Amino acid sequence: MGQTLLEKVWDLHTVRQLPTGQTQLFIGLHLVHEVTSPQAFDALRQNGWKVPFVERTFATVDHIVPTRERKRPFLDVMAEDMMASLERNVREFGIRFVGLDDKRQGIVHIIGPELGLTQPGMTIACGDSHTSTHGAFGSVAFGIGTSQVRDVLASQCLAIEPLKVRRIRVTGTLPKGVYAKDVILAIIQRLGVQGGNGYAYEYAGDAVDRMSMDERMTICNMSIEGGARVGYVNPDDTTIEYVRGRPYAPPADRFDAMAAWWKSIASDANAAYDDDVEIKAGELTPIVTWGVNPGQSIGIDDKVPAPSQGSDPKGIADALSFMGLTAGQRIEGMKVDVAFIGSCTNGRLSDLREAAQIVKGKHVAKHVKALVVPGSTGVAMAAEREGLDEVFRSAGFEWRGAGCSMCLGMNPDKLQGEQVCASSSNRNFKGRQGSPTGRTLLMSPAMVAAAALAGAVTDVRELA
Amino acid sequence: MQRITQISGRAIPMRGNDIDTDRIIPARYLRAITFDGMEEHVFEDDRRLGSPGHNRHAFDTPAYQGASILLVNSNFGCGSSREHAPQAIRRWGIEAIVGESFAEIFFGNSAMIGMPCVTASPEDIAALMSLVERQPSTVLTLDLQAGTCDAGSVRCAISLPSKLREAFATGAWDTTGMLLDNYEEVKATAARLPYVVAP
Repeated sequence: MGQTLLEKVWDLHTVRQLPTGQTQLFIGLHLVHEVTSPQAFDALRQNGWKVPFVERTFATVDHIVPTRERKRPFLDVMAEDMMASLERNVREFGIRFVGLDDKRQGIVHIIGPELGLTQPGMTIACGDSHTSTHGAFGSVAFGIGTSQVRDVLASQCLAIEPLKVRRIRVTGTLPKGVYAKDVILAIIQRLGVQGGNGYAYEYAGDAVDRMSMDERMTICNMSIEGGARVGYVNPDDTTIEYVRGRPYAPPADRFDAMAAWWKSIASDANAAYDDDVEIKAGELTPIVTWGVNPGQSIGIDDKVPAPSQGSDPKGIADALSFMGLTAGQRIEGMKVDVAFIGSCTNGRLSDLREAAQIVKGKHVAKHVKALVVPGSTGVAMAAEREGLDEVFRSAGFEWRGAGCSMCLGMNPDKLQGEQVCASSSNRNFKGRQGSPTGRTLLMSPAMVAAAALAGAVTDVRELA
Repeated sequence: MQRITQISGRAIPMRGNDIDTDRIIPARYLRAITFDGMEEHVFEDDRRLGSPGHNRHAFDTPAYQGASILLVNSNFGCGSSREHAPQAIRRWGIEAIVGESFAEIFFGNSAMIGMPCVTASPEDIAALMSLVERQPSTVLTLDLQAGTCDAGSVRCAISLPSKLREAFATGAWDTTGMLLDNYEEVKATAARLPYVVAP
């Protein structure tokens, strides 16, 4: 019987079995940011612990970064405090850090891959649930809490429970106007927001095989929205060519040997899975969330459900009321006030290209505030070289600096009151975008672009 | 570390599935470098806005003040990995959570700070919630070793993975010490990884 990638990587990184029933797992790359690390560094100081594997640790700043005016000190004194605290901590413990004025700065899950830090076969941890993004490279990547950040800083290890593996095969060809974002939203819709509890999701099938790394990252990114802490894609030639030549990639003289090893850790053809699911790409349509969790979504042609149509009638009723929707209403045509393109889910160059294609030569609706926030300074510079910033600006979008921005309410970019936002981000939870009563509609970046132009949710297949 | 085998106290019923960590602690309160005072903002937006059919949030209901056990439905704590969420609940005074199911990261984060999340059947959760809503003064006793919740007229089974139960009983849920006591093995593991180049 063969092994899955998860089993191979897990075995290789196992230090020992712990009396708690957990595995002591060595972490090959620890990514650190300003939100979930200050208390962990304090614990190290209090206990006199060092960071023994500083060369396997990398820090940046993303969540609190203002995307318009980055001058220090920040106007927000609490954000300034967090920034200063991270700067002090990385200095004191000797950790590599890309700060605000560094051209490599960006959302941690965008810059890890971009810099070549993220590589196949690694275990990766970060105090952020979207760490699953890095699984796109065939790494096993965990989102962790602050106490675990402390553990990894102090010991380079995690005490963690073994995971089962569910293979999700996406087969066939995606129709025009249907993107990787729609694939993952469809998976979550089908398997539920807690369907992945206790599982790692292995994304496979010919549709995934043909995807670019950017698309694979979008899918792996939202694994956690389906309850799966880990999601991954087996490494192949697409992965290898993406990593080649990046700043932290293996040097040329060792690259081929590493690439051979990367291929060897892919799941064996005869590996056994705890569960196996098939999604037919050809049947998918552009998807929009109507509710307050990422599983509450429908196809653009469908109608918003009634409470009686689900297993949780109270949950549906509550979500409808929060979103200001009526059962049976079509989602197409719902008015939007804000359009947000960005985040670790969809803030990469290919996302901006797709959106730019839609808006080129057109203009956002008068009542819509539209912004594009590149996921990293690197993405911003690459987009500017292609003139995408000008495409967006002339279409009436604001072109901002890199950061997490309006994905979550931790920086100046927030919804106001009951604004409705067409968003390329990952969570439509109540209050997620910074206004307790703000309403988020998750969709692909191309769908956000289309909604910005129309001023309402619209079918991108008619524009793409 | 402190050993946890039994938790006893009054309870707060908190109805609803998929209650996410953004609701437990809105992101704006993550702008801090300590967990101090996190409890002041627990469920802040939900408490301010109210929820349909309820005038007052459970955390603001006078009869539930001083409770030490939280009763929840399914997939509690989904979403972000922010430990600020269990920290806010724990610092408010909750010592254990009883629910139908928990999101994985929240479950682990809670264990790390010594707040067990135990599961019970949907029927038992419904019975416990109704009982506490009728009689908020009801005292629940969770016996982690025996796997029981005793609430007087309602007595039911609760479950916790056996190894975690042992870890709470022995105080081994404090992981850092455990991870630090075999540094030579850690170095040996690192040395056999193809991607770790010896300095």
